[in-house]
Amino acid sequence: MNAHDEEQMKKLLRQAVPPVKDDAGPGRDLWPDVLRRLDTRVTEPALHGWSWLNGAWFDGALLAGLVGLAAIFPTAIPVFLYYL
Amino acid sequence: MQNGASDVLNQFRQGDVDALEALFRQHQRAVYGWILRITRNPATAEELTVESFWRIYRAHARFDPAQGFEGWARRIATRAALDWLRTSRADSELSIEDCAEVAAPVEADPAVTAEIRRKTALTFGRLPPKLRIAATLAVIEEQPQKDVAAALGISVAAVKVRVFRALRLLRKDLELQGIRP
Repeated sequence: MNAHDEEQMKKLLRQAVPPVKDDAGPGRDLWPDVLRRLDTRVTEPALHGWSWLNGAWFDGALLAGLVGLAAIFPTAIPVFLYYL
Repeated sequence: MQNGASDVLNQFRQGDVDALEALFRQHQRAVYGWILRITRNPATAEELTVESFWRIYRAHARFDPAQGFEGWARRIATRAALDWLRTSRADSELSIEDCAEVAAPVEADPAVTAEIRRKTALTFGRLPPKLRIAATLAVIEEQPQKDVAAALGISVAAVKVRVFRALRLLRKDLELQGIRP
């Protein structure tokens, strides 16, 4: 795709999906919803037994799994990077 | 005034909910507008604005007042919108009709029929979220690439690459449908 094609695609895209109005704002006050969410999420971990999954160690385990996979299948690294 | 703003940021960093409310009142419109540009759905934008401010509060201890609040909030809001794009059936919702309520008027090109516009919008909605969000912000909304890069947490060069890949994929998919831009 050359620069001309790219420009044509941009024009078509803007025709198909127009930009949002600059003055768009929420239709109501969202602060009560934020407060409600804060209250809900603060009490949430006590309500179920899976809260330990949110721990930082889970991210570490996921990362270790990925590193392990990359070590076993090194040819998959470029494919993985492509989809990042 | 400057000291007052700085105090609010420092109090927010300590987890003060009143400071969060002050920041919410000041920035909710900007955060909502940014999310709306990505999702193009007012109800979803409201929901994600609430979600973003919840995430913002949850991350208060990592906030650096020296870096400013707006860019940091925008980055968190972008992440929330990206998560939504990944999990929702957003592709089926993106149409000119749905966007009409929030869309700015554009001068219609007579060479582009309504059917082509509809198919283009639908095809664009099916692009991978990471490519779609970059193209939406940089091409459709014409936001500065520097701002898009900061919001996505990538370099300006990476934004350009994602936009190019999005347009190339869109062109390819449209050609498969017999549409040649």
